[in-house]
Amino acid sequence: MQEKQRLLTPGAIYFWATVLFLYLPILLLVLFSLNDSVLLAFPLKGLTLHWYQELLEAGEMLQAAQNSLVVGVISSLIATAIGTMAAIAVTRLNFPGRDVFLSIAAVPMITPSIVLGVALLILFRQTINLPLSLGLITLSHVVISIPTTMLIVMARLAGFSKNLEEAAMDLGANYWVTLWRVILPLSLPALIAAFLTAFTASFDEYAMTTLITGTDVTLPVYLYSLLRFPRRLPVALSMGSVIIVASAILIVVAEWLRRVDFRGGAKEETA
Amino acid sequence: MSAEADVVRRPSGPDSEPTPRKRVRLNEQLRTTGQVGVMIAPTTLWLFFLLVLPLIMMTLLSFRSGSFTAEDSAFTLSNYQRFLQDASFQRLMLRSLWVALLVALYSVVLAYPLAYYLAFRAKRRQNLLLTLLIIPAWTSFLLRVLAWRIILGSDGMLNSLLLLLGLTQETLPILLYSPTAVIVTLVYIWIPFAALPIYVNLQRIDLGLLEGAADLGATPIQAFMRITLPLSMPGIIAALLFVFIPTVGEYVTPALVGGPSGQLIGNIIWDQFARALNWPMGSVLSLMMLVLVLLPLLLTSRLVRLSGLLEG
Repeated sequence: MQEKQRLLTPGAIYFWATVLFLYLPILLLVLFSLNDSVLLAFPLKGLTLHWYQELLEAGEMLQAAQNSLVVGVISSLIATAIGTMAAIAVTRLNFPGRDVFLSIAAVPMITPSIVLGVALLILFRQTINLPLSLGLITLSHVVISIPTTMLIVMARLAGFSKNLEEAAMDLGANYWVTLWRVILPLSLPALIAAFLTAFTASFDEYAMTTLITGTDVTLPVYLYSLLRFPRRLPVALSMGSVIIVASAILIVVAEWLRRVDFRGGAKEETA
Repeated sequence: MSAEADVVRRPSGPDSEPTPRKRVRLNEQLRTTGQVGVMIAPTTLWLFFLLVLPLIMMTLLSFRSGSFTAEDSAFTLSNYQRFLQDASFQRLMLRSLWVALLVALYSVVLAYPLAYYLAFRAKRRQNLLLTLLIIPAWTSFLLRVLAWRIILGSDGMLNSLLLLLGLTQETLPILLYSPTAVIVTLVYIWIPFAALPIYVNLQRIDLGLLEGAADLGATPIQAFMRITLPLSMPGIIAALLFVFIPTVGEYVTPALVGGPSGQLIGNIIWDQFARALNWPMGSVLSLMMLVLVLLPLLLTSRLVRLSGLLEG
């Protein structure tokens, strides 16, 4: 009886109404990528895959997507590797300046993207006068992913006891062997989650990236530039729909990995 | 590592000869120092060269009259003077802070019941429903702004839908290109982000406290006002900051849905770099914004320790 009554509480109604509100605009984008009209307005004109066919021939957009994939994969691999190392140092080793290190590592999180972009643009163009490139974008994306990768791995490390490492050391393994054979395997789900989160952030980054973009563009920068051409919008929506579906899958996987083996202690890890 | 060997071999006077026990401890300490050095070196390098150094360069540039030629490089305070004298800069800065504050308040008010439902009512479906909230949060920011541009546009979805349903006879011009459009779009974007730190915070509340309150005769509303709400304050503050900070610097949403009256300080900073090529002025504005953003953070850091905030 009580279970049934609980389904329609004001809280549940509010929750589902908000979820609907959050998903509706996203679903509208997908819906209009399948609509047989260049105008993004009701009434719908009929179902078509025409825009997806055009997407396959949109060379510049596919190139931009490829650029974003490469930048995202490389920057997230670096961010995960160095963020994991820093996370282990911060949680497992005590060192002077630990708090200062943590505070500086948090700065990319609390700095508006435009400030980061502007500061990097000044460094690249005015201080050392480098040509802007995808390489520099990759290096810069690492910085914005450092706080998230560190936090995800730190949460995981806090979830298992130091005893395992101490046991390995007592049995004669030196620190680096322990790191490689004990700490890293135990942290693996968090490493993958950190990588996926960093990749999603990099793949989507626009506000900072556009400031340090040269001739080679990433996908968000390219999509933004398409807005000046309304006739190209439906193709942009088909690209957007592909991204939406792909990123939803990535997020589900990352969320699941973050909770693996945590069932009991999941409370600390869920955010 | 060589430093460690050095210390071990260093000849010492008879008085200062460390006991074997002390020597072991010293060795251990030095080894740990080496480990820490290796582990944090790459991140430190990255943070120094691509975060600290750029911010220093931006600060230096804000004291120059121009960006590139040699005669521009003399020290000057003129950019700061201009900022203090030019009312339009200050007005935009204030408007950005005001819009960010409104967006943060609306987002948190709308997100709180979501977090509450997840933490206390969702029970076994908690993880599933949480993932349901996280997916839109991580869906492309640009695409979600774009969605609202299309929805609100005068020949867009909302108007065409209203026309189709016969709810309106003409196009409503007020929807797009207004500060309201910026606020609606940003609140839409930040709701799931605001819900997360509140949810994490609510989860940590000891349910025994609420049971105790009920046993002592408190109504659910009293228990909420006297226990749940005060205890969830750190989460609320974290959520406010999570929304406030990026919104102050936002320029993509105003550019796409704000129109001239919806522009924020971020758009002017963007102009200084992309159009006006007045990089020093842009640096001053960026620095001012950074200070104004970090100020509430410092003010609230007594309530919410930075590390605690970041856990959300």
